[in-house]
Amino acid sequence: MQREPAAAEEPGCPGGRRRRRRRRRRPGDGRTRVVRSNLLPPPGVEDPAAGAAKGARRRRRGGAQRLADNRLKTTKYTLLSFLPKNLFEQFHRLANVYFVFIALLNFVPAVNAFQPGLALAPVLFILAVTAFKDLWEDYSRHRSDHEINHLGCLVFSREEKQYVNRFWKEIRVGDFVRLRCNEIIPADILLLSSSDPDGLCHIETANLDGETNLKRRQVVRGFSELVSEFNPLMFTSVIECEKPNNDLTRFRGCIIHDNGKKAGLYKENLLLRGCTIRNTEAVVGIVIYAGHETKALLNNSGPRYKRSQLERQMNCDVLWCVLLLICMSLFSAVGHGLWVQRYQEKKSLFDVPESDGSSLSPVTAAVYSFLTMIIILQVLIPISLYVSIEIVKVCQVYFINQDIELYDEETDSQLQCRALNITEDLGQIQYIFSDKTGTLTENKMVFRRCTVSGIEYSHDANAQRLARYQEADSEEEEAVSKGGSLPQRGSIGSHQSVRIMHRSQSTKSHRRTGSRAEAKWASMLSKHTAFSSPMEKDITPDPKLFEKVSECDRCLAIARHQEHPLAHLSPELSDVFDFFIALTICNTVVVTSPDQPRQKVRVRFEVKSPVKTIEDFLRRFSPSRLTSGCSSIGSLATNKATHKSGSNFLSTLSNDRTLLKLEEKLSQPTKAIASNGYSSGAKEKEQEWELRYEAESPDEAALVYAARAYNCALVDRLHDQVSVELPHLGRLTFELLHILGFDSIRKRMSVVIRHPLTDEINVYTKGADSVVMDLLLPCSSDDARGRHQKKIRSKTQNYLNLYAVEGLRTLCIAKRVLSKEEYACWLQSHLEAESSLDNREELLFQSAIRLETNLHLLGATGIEDRLQDGVPETIAKLRQAGLQIWVLTGDKQETAINIAYACKLLDHDEEVITLNAESQEACAALLDQCLHYVKSKSPCSTPQKTEGNVSVGFSPLCPPSTSTTSGPSPSLVIDGRSLAYALDKNLEDKFLFLAKQCRSVLCCRSTPLQKSMVVKLVRSKLKAMTLAIGDGANDVSMIQVADVGVGISGQEGMQAVMASDFAVPRFRYLERLLIVHGHWCYSRLANMVLYFFYKNTMFVGLLFWFQFYCGFSASAMIDQWYLIFFNLLFSSLPQLVTGVLDKDVPADVLLTAPQLYKSGQNMEEYRPRTFWLNMADAAFQSLVCFFIPYLAYYDSDTDVFTWGTPITAIALFTFLLHLGIETKTWTWLNWIACGFSILLFFTVALIYNASCATCYPPSNPYWTMQTLLGDPVFYLTCLIAPVAALLPRLFFKAVQGNLFPTQLQLGRQLAKRSPKKLIAPKETFAQGHLLGEPRTESSEQRSIKTSGPLSQDCTSQASWHVQQPACSPEASGEPNVVDMNMPLREDILLEELSGQAPGSVPREAILEGCSGASKMKPTSTSRTAPLSSIFNLPNFSSLNWISSFSLVSGLGSILQFSRNSLQMDKQDSEFLPSPPQPDQDLCGLSGQTTDYF
Amino acid sequence: MTWSAAARGAHQPDNTAFTQQRLPAWQPLLSASIALPLFFCAGLAFIGLGLGLFYSSNGIKELEYDYTGTAGTGGCSACALADRGRAPPPPCSCAWHFSLAELFPGPVYLYYELTNFYQNNRRYSVSRDDAQLSGLPSALRHPANECAPYQRRASGLPIAPCGAIANSLFNDSFSLWHRRRAGGPYVEVPLDRTGIAWWTDCHVKFRNPPLVNGSLALAFHGTAPPPNWPRPVYALSPDPNNTGFVNQDFVVWMRTAALPTFRKLYARIRQGNYSAGLPRGSYVVNITYNYPVRAFGGRKLVVLSNISWMGGKNPFLGIAYLAVGSLCILVGFVMLVVYIRYQDQNDEDEDEE
Repeated sequence: MQREPAAAEEPGCPGGRRRRRRRRRRPGDGRTRVVRSNLLPPPGVEDPAAGAAKGARRRRRGGAQRLADNRLKTTKYTLLSFLPKNLFEQFHRLANVYFVFIALLNFVPAVNAFQPGLALAPVLFILAVTAFKDLWEDYSRHRSDHEINHLGCLVFSREEKQYVNRFWKEIRVGDFVRLRCNEIIPADILLLSSSDPDGLCHIETANLDGETNLKRRQVVRGFSELVSEFNPLMFTSVIECEKPNNDLTRFRGCIIHDNGKKAGLYKENLLLRGCTIRNTEAVVGIVIYAGHETKALLNNSGPRYKRSQLERQMNCDVLWCVLLLICMSLFSAVGHGLWVQRYQEKKSLFDVPESDGSSLSPVTAAVYSFLTMIIILQVLIPISLYVSIEIVKVCQVYFINQDIELYDEETDSQLQCRALNITEDLGQIQYIFSDKTGTLTENKMVFRRCTVSGIEYSHDANAQRLARYQEADSEEEEAVSKGGSLPQRGSIGSHQSVRIMHRSQSTKSHRRTGSRAEAKWASMLSKHTAFSSPMEKDITPDPKLFEKVSECDRCLAIARHQEHPLAHLSPELSDVFDFFIALTICNTVVVTSPDQPRQKVRVRFEVKSPVKTIEDFLRRFSPSRLTSGCSSIGSLATNKATHKSGSNFLSTLSNDRTLLKLEEKLSQPTKAIASNGYSSGAKEKEQEWELRYEAESPDEAALVYAARAYNCALVDRLHDQVSVELPHLGRLTFELLHILGFDSIRKRMSVVIRHPLTDEINVYTKGADSVVMDLLLPCSSDDARGRHQKKIRSKTQNYLNLYAVEGLRTLCIAKRVLSKEEYACWLQSHLEAESSLDNREELLFQSAIRLETNLHLLGATGIEDRLQDGVPETIAKLRQAGLQIWVLTGDKQETAINIAYACKLLDHDEEVITLNAESQEACAALLDQCLHYVKSKSPCSTPQKTEGNVSVGFSPLCPPSTSTTSGPSPSLVIDGRSLAYALDKNLEDKFLFLAKQCRSVLCCRSTPLQKSMVVKLVRSKLKAMTLAIGDGANDVSMIQVADVGVGISGQEGMQAVMASDFAVPRFRYLERLLIVHGHWCYSRLANMVLYFFYKNTMFVGLLFWFQFYCGFSASAMIDQWYLIFFNLLFSSLPQLVTGVLDKDVPADVLLTAPQLYKSGQNMEEYRPRTFWLNMADAAFQSLVCFFIPYLAYYDSDTDVFTWGTPITAIALFTFLLHLGIETKTWTWLNWIACGFSILLFFTVALIYNASCATCYPPSNPYWTMQTLLGDPVFYLTCLIAPVAALLPRLFFKAVQGNLFPTQLQLGRQLAKRSPKKLIAPKETFAQGHLLGEPRTESSEQRSIKTSGPLSQDCTSQASWHVQQPACSPEASGEPNVVDMNMPLREDILLEELSGQAPGSVPREAILEGCSGASKMKPTSTSRTAPLSSIFNLPNFSSLNWISSFSLVSGLGSILQFSRNSLQMDKQDSEFLPSPPQPDQDLCGLSGQTTDYF
Repeated sequence: MTWSAAARGAHQPDNTAFTQQRLPAWQPLLSASIALPLFFCAGLAFIGLGLGLFYSSNGIKELEYDYTGTAGTGGCSACALADRGRAPPPPCSCAWHFSLAELFPGPVYLYYELTNFYQNNRRYSVSRDDAQLSGLPSALRHPANECAPYQRRASGLPIAPCGAIANSLFNDSFSLWHRRRAGGPYVEVPLDRTGIAWWTDCHVKFRNPPLVNGSLALAFHGTAPPPNWPRPVYALSPDPNNTGFVNQDFVVWMRTAALPTFRKLYARIRQGNYSAGLPRGSYVVNITYNYPVRAFGGRKLVVLSNISWMGGKNPFLGIAYLAVGSLCILVGFVMLVVYIRYQDQNDEDEDEE
């Protein structure tokens, strides 16, 4: 009450103000907005009845304050402004300016090369296409705006003295709006009245942030007490608040009543535009912000524009092309100057003087020539390049969106591409930064175990329950993967016990309604409860604890009317009781109950939306049907079937009220089944079952559901009281004094309540253990009680650590009993803080800290957050693909590490470097130490390592890509504090250096800011492509900083998605997104860009060579039409089709051999060298394509254009053939595009050449094409020139493909050879059972082939390990050393051998006998882990493969008669200087090789 | 199965071959098994074609004579010297004597060839007015600006035909004489001066302006010939069908050559006794030497040639086909070797492990 709001001096303030304090802010700084009722006369206007003046007044006021009205206008253009504005925007693109400039050059007669109008055509075409696209987009925006603007709502009308229907766009600031349940809020509205007796209103913010739980809003203080209905006419107060801003989580202001009293306004009072009113019959509010000033719209920034790396590189090459163009033109200009000089003075017959008869000076001629050359050679910078790239990217985005493999059935959501122009960046990612919670894990919090008062309750039954879900999940996946085998399950179920049946059913219902499918349901059915899947709800209580709780309950029920009921409990029981009370009430969970509506809320029938009951109905309905043997549906048995059909059936009827009755009937029989065997107290259950908890965070929900499992159920929550129901004690109503909400700095929340049994004021605090443990009441070790407490604490701490090791999220629950005085004292300051306007948050924070001290520890909980499906596999794949994965999490170190182990980010066999430093110096020292350690053991410094891999800078370092195949690189774990030190300027290099050598990095306890700093650091220092993936608001900064931001569209709101470039439903989709689509996008675009450059250079080359034969006069033998439209029409379609559809390697090969992804990381397809090679090839081809026609027509009577047209045709054929060589997959679309191109060219040429005899000067190609078509030489040159031009490329490709195939080519060959065998291995991957598989599977063959090229690498590395065993003992001690390819190859080779030479079969047998392990071979390349588990005797394993290795080579030498010893690999010859004799004892041989080492 | 379609989620992508990028595709791999036959077949085909081309080109007979008049080559050197210095060179004639031991098979074409003459130079090649040449009366009076400085005479009269190309019309003329036996009389070989231009050129592109009073000269009244022309355009030939803009020499000249060395057809020999070709005997080509080329280092040639199905004599295409064909074969062999060794090595690699 002390701080005066700022606006007293605002011009619009009414004068009836007495108390004016000194201002804290400078007056007139315009940081506040003053809102008054529009129904009131403006200050100073005496006549209140001036109805006519109202509009004018409004306008005036609007003018004075410039308040936006509620009209939504997202369009950029109006009809009039479209053309200039759009052109202006288009000319921001430099390329457009360039092309227009060149087109305009044609209007200068002295330099024009083409008909000016014609030259403008392509530019205009491009501009028109873009403009049309913009127009269309703008029009659709306009339409949606129109729709929104014409939504209706009730606005209080001054004239009619009642609420009337108005359009949204007519709403103005200061209007009173009445909203009913399920209406969407049209503007930012200050809540003044609610039909709820407590002045509450619930809103759903799904439209805003995607969160589907209900948020509570409160009527402004002072208005909630009104007894009668709110009358807007009586509203005379003035509202002062902030200027419009985009902070959704903040709203501050105050309302000044007539009597000068004021009350603070907070975000709890504000209803945001776009949200939906729920659970509240009607509310009335005054509009504070309207239209574009609403927070929702201010938050709505347009799509982001990012430039991909490839595009940056391409732009650089475009500059090279410009340079080339200028060079060519300059060369030509000089040449022309000399030519003019030479022939002018000789009065050549072909020399044309100036128009006035004077002779042209060579210099002028050169300048003219230069400009004309630029016009003619303009195709070097392809006008269609940018357009084509955009088209290709749009198509790529379309295909990514359409990929059914990226479609998540549960949520019915597919991958969204929010950024349209960085698809190819997906193929070049080197570092992945991942959030943990919600990204790697499900963010589905399940109460797992707890410890109370130092005693641990392990909840074994609960663990079993969770395990069953897991099991069932995989079961179901299996079933799904089997496709048609679903009915089988029904038949099994029919003759098995009901229990099993039920289990599978509960799983199904879990997967159906309980999983994220709910999210979809919610939007479909408009209402739902988050975090309430059966898995999260049906907690199986620990019997011991349950017993204790019951005991408390009974005791208290008996003692409740005595003086100190709690005193009758032992301290332990008292703690147990408090613990559960705290679990139940220390949260912000809202209770909604469909069957027992709060009578105050549910006055009208709509309030209780039928939707929820439908959902309920469904959940119960389907199991009951199935268990009751309803054969018709039961036989279908696939839960999808029932679910989906049910949903369809229901959705058609969704509003049908008969359904409600149906539900009533059905709920009876189902209940017994629904409250399955886990629940004990069936009587209470029945009632509780109906309670639904709307929690803001999944942890809260988990705890409340846990408490309910112990019959301590939260049954009601009002803003000032919480009711808890216990079986014996009945309903306990706690007076809720305060809620100190959770924030990420305090990491805890508290509630202050008055205990109904003891009448004491209690504070219950729930928070992160690290924080809460420090806030406990220091206990003296003198007395027994203190010692006991200490013991409890240390025990609890132990259990906490244990939980963390298990990967559970831990929370500590503590309590404090406040005396009346303490409370009064605190209350005083707290109220001050609450009512302050300026730094309210700060003060509240302080106040909370004052309260949350001297706590008494009650217990701790462990909440499990399960890993998402497929996370370990995805991480393994991504790692194989050469990606380095960093996990940045806010969780505590132990939890993070355990999750990391669970998702195979860390391996138990590898070392983990943990960096926990308390100070800057310590951190520096630690870093040094670690670096030293890593360097000493890292084998990277030896030159062998770098071979075969193009590393990025840092020669002594292992390129990240090798780290997977090379020996053990440690993992780094660093906590938030150390990270802060390590990110310091002078340590960051060391940190990076260290992190770079680590296989994986785990940053715990990191703040959002640190996350983004880490990403930024890696991005800028290592010049690496980074991808950040996360799901929550805390990942937003990281997502924005990274090159590619990926959001998980999960439960934690939409903020991450909003900030992201791509949104995936689950983490595992990242694998396909990167490895398949990323690779494709990159390779397609890279190849297309290269092809573009090639094409234009080649075409320009033709013109340039001609200059040598026309006196460098910038004359062109190619007709202007062909020149101008060649790029745009004739040759554009095939490359577009290839750019969109070409698949260099099929998806399944990419997925089975993720190593192929490295080509994108290393920029193999498009790097400067390839660019220049490409250009050189283009130059060569243009030479061939120019000189073959030149020589063929040399010394003949051909004219310029009759000669130039074949050249054009040759160029076209060459382009298409070149594209043909580059195209890896030919679909009918490619054929059609090529055919279309040729057809189009000839058609256009024929029509053009026949159309006008005297037009198109200077070429005037009348009947040229027709004549040519009758000329055999035309065909002959068209045949030979492209072939001759492409021969070198073809030759090179063929030789290189056979001799030095790249990984990609091998992948392609592989796919070609065994296209059908690719499906089989997938299952082995999924199963993970690799051992002892019979070799009947054809997958080995395939995987061997892939590993072929790799194995060269492997052998070198492996041999290295063997050669320097002393140097790296760890290396040989690590199973990872043995590259998985080796045993594989051996395996296959054996197979091949046996196939090739029947005589070798016994040898194989011997071999197997010798090396016992050779039977146990992994059958796929990608399994490292099982490999390591097989070969846990590393020495043995390495020896094993080496021996078999040499054996096989021995065999090979026999089989290959024409052996050339030079062909042997170097390292092989080191092992085996001479091939062993065929008859040599193979066992002895292996022994011999063993002796080697 | 009815539910499956209906039960699809609203956002589920279509599972079609196109959207899932599963279109059936042909994946050509440049593996040896494909590349080797390809190279060999292409090579053989090219060599075959090349041989055919080479022989058919070799079957073409060609006689050419450089009559530029560089020091001491026949009688034309005098003319060449004579033209030096004066703008309208005085008429001069010289001759080229040659004899044929056997029949020069027909149809025989008489070409003139110019070298180092940049008809394709940009400022030259644009200097024409196609509208005027198509006989448009308005364009006749108002030549296009591109013709400048040969647009109008200093007197203001429009030039017809305007432009630099027309102005530099080749104006040497040739006549061919045949003597059957030594000492016999020379008989003039009839030269067919029509049908040397493209049919479309003299019938569509080039038209005379409408006759005025039945007279072409009157139609051109009020225009001036190009400065270099000794006579007006309507007097190019006595043949009324071959004069004016449709004069075939003119039309041929106006089709600007692609390269600085070019031939243009002068006449065809296909009449009378000479329809089968030039019989043996001695011949003389009388040349009216007008056209000055020595100043810019050009040369003038007169060429007698017959043609085959593929046009005039040009051994290049045949050679090119032969070369590319043999290159293909060579490449094929290299690949074969590579392939064999690669296979070898491959097996070895596999064996060694």
